[in-house]
Amino acid sequence: MQRYLFSRIIQSGLLMVGVLIITFFMVRLTGDPARTMVPRDASPERVEEMREAMGFNEPLVLQFTRYMGGAARGNFGQSLHYRKPAMKLVLERVPATIELTLAALSFALLFSIPLGILGGSRPGTIWDTLARGFGLLGQTIPNFWLALMLIVVFSVNLGWFPTFGRGGIISIILPAVALGFFPLGQFTRLVRSSVLEVRGEDYVRTAYSKGIDERQVLMRHVFRNVSITLVSVVGVQFGYMLGGSIYIESIFSWPGIGRMINEAVQARDFPLVQAIAVFSAGFVVVLNLLTDIAYALIDPRIRYED
Amino acid sequence: MSGDTVLQVRDLCVQFDSVDGTVHAVNNVSFDLERGRTLGVVGESGSGKSVSMMSLLHLIAEPPGKITSGSARFLPSKGEPVDLLQLSRRRMGQLRGDRIGFIFQDPMSSLNPLMTVGAQITESINKHTDLSGTAARERTIELLEHVGIPGARDRYGNYPHQFSGGMRQRVMIAIAISCNPDILIADEPTTALDVTVQAQIADLMQRLSKELSISVIWISHDLGVVAGLADQLLVMYGGTVVEYGEVSRLFSHPRHPYTVGLLGALPKLGVSQERLVNIGGSPPSLFSPPTQCPFAARCPWVLDRCTAERPPLFAGEQFDQDDVRNNKLDALADAHLTACFYDLEHDRPRGVNEKPLVIPSENAKEHAHNE
Amino acid sequence: MRIDALDQENVRSPFQRILRVIFKDKAGLFGAVLFATVLFSAVFAPYIVPHNPVAQSLDASRQPPAWQEGGSWEHPFGTDNLGRDMISRIIYGSRVSLTVGFFGVAIAMSLGMLLGLIAGYVGGRVDNIIMGVANLFLAIPYLLLVVVVAAVIGRSLINVILIFGFTNAPLFVRITRGEVLRIRKSGYVESAVSIGARPGRVVFHHILPNLIGPLLTVATFEMSGMIFYEAGLGFLGLSVPPSIPSWGNMLAAGRQYIQFSPWIAAFPGLAIVVTSLGMNLLGDWLRDILDPKMRRSAS
Repeated sequence: MQRYLFSRIIQSGLLMVGVLIITFFMVRLTGDPARTMVPRDASPERVEEMREAMGFNEPLVLQFTRYMGGAARGNFGQSLHYRKPAMKLVLERVPATIELTLAALSFALLFSIPLGILGGSRPGTIWDTLARGFGLLGQTIPNFWLALMLIVVFSVNLGWFPTFGRGGIISIILPAVALGFFPLGQFTRLVRSSVLEVRGEDYVRTAYSKGIDERQVLMRHVFRNVSITLVSVVGVQFGYMLGGSIYIESIFSWPGIGRMINEAVQARDFPLVQAIAVFSAGFVVVLNLLTDIAYALIDPRIRYED
Repeated sequence: MSGDTVLQVRDLCVQFDSVDGTVHAVNNVSFDLERGRTLGVVGESGSGKSVSMMSLLHLIAEPPGKITSGSARFLPSKGEPVDLLQLSRRRMGQLRGDRIGFIFQDPMSSLNPLMTVGAQITESINKHTDLSGTAARERTIELLEHVGIPGARDRYGNYPHQFSGGMRQRVMIAIAISCNPDILIADEPTTALDVTVQAQIADLMQRLSKELSISVIWISHDLGVVAGLADQLLVMYGGTVVEYGEVSRLFSHPRHPYTVGLLGALPKLGVSQERLVNIGGSPPSLFSPPTQCPFAARCPWVLDRCTAERPPLFAGEQFDQDDVRNNKLDALADAHLTACFYDLEHDRPRGVNEKPLVIPSENAKEHAHNE
Repeated sequence: MRIDALDQENVRSPFQRILRVIFKDKAGLFGAVLFATVLFSAVFAPYIVPHNPVAQSLDASRQPPAWQEGGSWEHPFGTDNLGRDMISRIIYGSRVSLTVGFFGVAIAMSLGMLLGLIAGYVGGRVDNIIMGVANLFLAIPYLLLVVVVAAVIGRSLINVILIFGFTNAPLFVRITRGEVLRIRKSGYVESAVSIGARPGRVVFHHILPNLIGPLLTVATFEMSGMIFYEAGLGFLGLSVPPSIPSWGNMLAAGRQYIQFSPWIAAFPGLAIVVTSLGMNLLGDWLRDILDPKMRRSAS
């Protein structure tokens, strides 16, 4: 197991380097990064000013080295808009996004697990249809549209929930539902198919042959094996939700990094965009690493490798 | 020669619904199992040997499977006799693992990879006996030792993948005998193991069944494996019983062409053979309800009659039909039955007047789970 | 259960079996119908729209759908804030969505297959490099990547197609490579080469046919996803220029009017849901048909 974990850590380190390389080149895709950072109608002098200020006239290698060096120290330059260190701004807004993402995740898991188990263990019944239905719906309804429709129905017409802002529990419900809908679909599908598959396994037959009743078999044998697959998918969905938060936070005016990147993109504040991109990607890389570690700890086949 | 009967199966029929049609997997299987004895069930893939035994305690998938008729009278050492095919789900759960134990073919996939082997044995003990906690744990360790796992106390907390194939099968055996069952149904228990380990496991199971007075149903496609272990043999082909009887009698005087073929196909030590006898042709389709002999296409002694009607079971020597009709216990225990229109014993076709054995059937009775 | 060729009387013929499977899965048929409808609207848009989708009219602005108060059947789905007819814009929007989806997948699949074949066949360092880069792109939150790149390179149809094409290639690389490796491991290639077949021939005759099934299925889902993402980009103002009617642009415009004229945002979203539903059902259906289980019994 140690060898596996060690190689995963090295891999994650390399991934981070890759992320930094990508974000470096991402803003230089057009060849003239200065132009992308100024308003469309800016004068050529203004563009040249920007170029000088950001060091785009220097040799690329030098820019790259400076960038990587800065990254190592957590320095990603200044936000053009706020005129403050970019990464610091990002870190200030991160807790709000984490809060929303966790809420969305909880919503998704809360409903998908029982639905998936019921659907997978009773094929051909209404539960099966419901499980597959939600799995499908999650994939076919765009989260930003869902957010708007939820607002129309529950905020505007029924007045149950506030339309914007981060406040108490009540304010997180609509955004969490909108953000968590796609993961809900994915988890339901996964749990359902996993339950179906596991139920067909030989060791489940052995469990039945011992005279253990249906419910106990589900809980003790089936679910234990299903939850292992679930763990790795949760990590992936977290990554998805970081992206999805761009829409949801904008719609609900939730003060997180999703909304921030949207504003930064509109304001062409690319240093800030870069900082957010690096943070998000890095977060996902670390999360995936942690997921793999958790997996290695839970699955005895990896834990006790002879 | 007959002990007392522990299981009396009559006229068992099992079908499966599939996209290609209805599969008649098991057709009118009947046999008696005596207490303390071993019944070998022999047949090739698709012969229905596994399905018939597994369906006794509804261990087949229903749907698409369906037990369409039959009875299985079980006389446990403690408790009332019951018809296994008529049991409620709850009652079935009580019998499974307690009075009837199971051993499956592949011990790697048959054990939960995420549970310790100790926990998997204790699970059964907790469910069916009064033992729990430390007592159950001690009993488990005792069982592990009994089945020949060295260092049992330490290995209680190990996981299946930390054992070798033979060891895993010993764990399966420990699970199956944990509550001192009356019957052990073993579905190809040694097939997935190395040859040397096969012998060890076979010996272990023989020893245990003698010690604990367990009746064993040993399913196998390998006649050689079963020959040394079984007291009686049930030979199946195409979902049907083709021969049934005491092992030595079957070997010295086989009464069905298929059995002859199987025996001929066995390599024999000490006898030099030019070639192993090959049974030509391929197995029959199970999509049609049996209206003829399933072996007709491959039989060297085939008659016209064989493709016109399905051969019933013939008993050959004097036989008390009344005993069978009245479902007397161990009525079939000494029988040597064969489903063949050709009398191999006297090397001539059976006369049209020769009466077959009549098994009282409970035909067309729908067997459903009673909740 | 073994199916024997000797007894044909009671076995359903392969043709019957396929028919049975096709019609048993009515959902797949429904999906195909939905998709065909959208495709039809996209192709024949100029002939079936009741109005010019870009014609503005301040008088008719923000008219509700026909079945609501103040609506009329002249504008069945109502009009948007600039008085443009909704249903015409939605029909035209399907053109953008399907174009993006189709060409995006085409690029992703071609690029992905090529790189995957190389990676799987050549192996070694080349494989490591290709997979390393592919995994890198798969590790970054997709939307983030797309949004930033779109913001940098600007709004145009070509740009959107290129972005989706390149960022979705890694998935196809992975699938193709996986299949190539599987076939290599199975000894197929060695035996073919050992009887004199040229490696190129092996690729065409053995690897490609096996690839078609999974690739086609994934392609359908990817296309559905791209329609989503195009709408998402449009919603953020990063997709095609606002002069072109696209579902994403319409959603972006409709957002402000959600309180009093919700239909401006509701209908484009509904169009996305319907298209997505059709493609997902179609994809599931394809997967069931091309599933190895069916392939095995059909051969």
